[in-house]
Amino acid sequence: MAEQAIDRSKMKVSDEVAIQISNMNKWYGQFHVLRDVNMTVHKGERIVICGPSGSGKSTLIRCINRLEEHQSGDIIVDGTELTNDLKNIDKVRSEVGMVFQHFNLFPHLTILENCTLAPIWVRKIPKREAEETAMHFLRKVKIPEQANKYPGQLSGGQQQRVAIARSLCMKPRIMLFDEPTSALDPEMIKEVLDTMIELAEEGMTMLCVTHEMGFAQAVANRVVFMDKGQIVEQNEPREFFNNPQSERTKAFLSQILGH
Amino acid sequence: MTSVIPFVRNEMLPEKEPPLRERGVVHWMRQNLFSGPLNTVLTLLGLAVLLWVASHVLPWLMHSVWNASSLTECRDIITQRFGEGATGACWAMVKERWHQYLYGFYPMDLYWRPNLAFVLMFVAIAPVLYTSLPRKMLWFTAIYPALTFWLLWGGSVWTPVVAMLGFVILALIFRALVGKLGVPVSAGIGVVVAALWWMFAQGPVSDALQAAIPLSITTVDSDQFGGFLLSIVIGVTAISASLPMGILLALGRKSDMLIVRTLSVGFIEFIRGVPLITLLFTASLLLQYFLPPGSNFDIILRVIILVTLFAAAYIAEVIRGGLAALPRGQYEAADALGLDYWQAQRLIIMPQALKISIPGIVSSFIGLFKDTTLVAFVGLQDPLKGITTIVRADINWKGIYWEPYIFAGAIFFIICFGMSRYSMWLERKLKTDHR
Repeated sequence: MAEQAIDRSKMKVSDEVAIQISNMNKWYGQFHVLRDVNMTVHKGERIVICGPSGSGKSTLIRCINRLEEHQSGDIIVDGTELTNDLKNIDKVRSEVGMVFQHFNLFPHLTILENCTLAPIWVRKIPKREAEETAMHFLRKVKIPEQANKYPGQLSGGQQQRVAIARSLCMKPRIMLFDEPTSALDPEMIKEVLDTMIELAEEGMTMLCVTHEMGFAQAVANRVVFMDKGQIVEQNEPREFFNNPQSERTKAFLSQILGH
Repeated sequence: MTSVIPFVRNEMLPEKEPPLRERGVVHWMRQNLFSGPLNTVLTLLGLAVLLWVASHVLPWLMHSVWNASSLTECRDIITQRFGEGATGACWAMVKERWHQYLYGFYPMDLYWRPNLAFVLMFVAIAPVLYTSLPRKMLWFTAIYPALTFWLLWGGSVWTPVVAMLGFVILALIFRALVGKLGVPVSAGIGVVVAALWWMFAQGPVSDALQAAIPLSITTVDSDQFGGFLLSIVIGVTAISASLPMGILLALGRKSDMLIVRTLSVGFIEFIRGVPLITLLFTASLLLQYFLPPGSNFDIILRVIILVTLFAAAYIAEVIRGGLAALPRGQYEAADALGLDYWQAQRLIIMPQALKISIPGIVSSFIGLFKDTTLVAFVGLQDPLKGITTIVRADINWKGIYWEPYIFAGAIFFIICFGMSRYSMWLERKLKTDHR
């Protein structure tokens, strides 16, 4: 990955705040999953969140579009505070795209219908226009020829690229990736990562939970390491990988980079 | 040390037929009928049972009599033709009474009305069953219930028109409010206003319209309905009303709102815990007590309502199974895209859950259709018991036993088999997951 030429001209972090998380806590029953999380994401940032399983990293990004509810603290996304108000939640969700580990495409709809559904029903865009947008993004993820197939007919990598295109069709300001390559065969990981790199090159604000350290080194401007529901360490990638400060981070890095 | 012997094939071998024991009838029989000792014994046993049944039924069918005016005459003809002690089927009864099996006591000169309604039913159902047909046909489907009500029961044309206006009012109120108040509240207000319309405005408005523009056909009372006309009226109405109700109940049962969930669970468990016959007795007796005195609530309508409620509870459980089979990721993806609850249900969740539940839903429908014969217990003339009792009460056909049941059973079979075939076609058509 590192040898790949990456165009950094548009990867600019602005002063504008995209996501503000302050003193956020979450419990599953008695279990304290997220403990006092504070995080500010600026527009144009590409953040990779890593950590051992069960460290709360997926839960953290799922709180940002309220697939999970937090119990205390504040989350402000693009100026809208996430509370129980359904209007706010729907507003945030239509501004924040999400890509899942298991793609979660709608198996009863074609690829094109998967991509046009939300623009038509949520954004109220005319069908023809939505289809044009969808084809644009399907070309971008390099599978326009699959538009009329069903998800079940595509490979895992193709499905994940469709899932990315489906999110992009909503023209989101922020993209969340929840282990987007963990369910893929090794040779398909690259095609998905390439798509994500392309997205980063265009200046998209991205939060990505992943174990692809190559991607982190190449694209991220910040790596966040989580353990036991808290942010243990964060730094820019070069420092994070070459000079980790906490013992926990060192142990984790030696585990995953050890061989 | 071994040496390699070089080999080159110059001529490709032609394809040959497999040996005789690996193809044709012999192979098939060895595979399917005589593959082992147990299989051989079972095959022979099965053949013996078939032979035994055929030897008893075939003579009876071969000795069928089609033209006679009474059972005694039938028997005389059979004795004459096939000798003393011979038995035979007396289809002459069916030939004479088939119209009662189909229409009950519906006036003969008005048979065109149920016939027309029956034919139009296919026009109305077609766009629902086959999505490739033009969507505009659904408008006919929407007015079909009112049209059929008018055709079957007759009377003033304004009664069904004013009743349909209630639905129009419901739709208008829903449309006007849904943006501000959300789906459940605006639907609730719409239903309440429509119910008020039906309770208080229905009578006076339709009377006034009838007085202004008289338009009516001969009235036929509910007690003249019978046979398959009755079964199909109850069955089709209950089937089409119970599916949406079942969907709502299934969603209610999974709802986060405590009251909605408790009511749904309570309703489903109550209905499933009570036999249908109990509900039918409730329909015929108890409902009368709850309604204001003097109100004449049609018995067929009462039965339809309770059969619908009964079927809806079962269908809700079938659909709940379908909902449970959907991965959580589908809900999350719909949420993450910003679809609201009702959009997600309608566009993502229900199409998939219903597809999974097709076999169960159709089984419920088939069961419901056959259960319509239970209305015999509240004095309606169902095709199985009601009409047969009437036929047997005729001195000419007293003692006839198998023929009426076989006739009614055959018609039930054709209808139910048709439903089952349709559901299999639908399952194949909707199969897009390519597993």
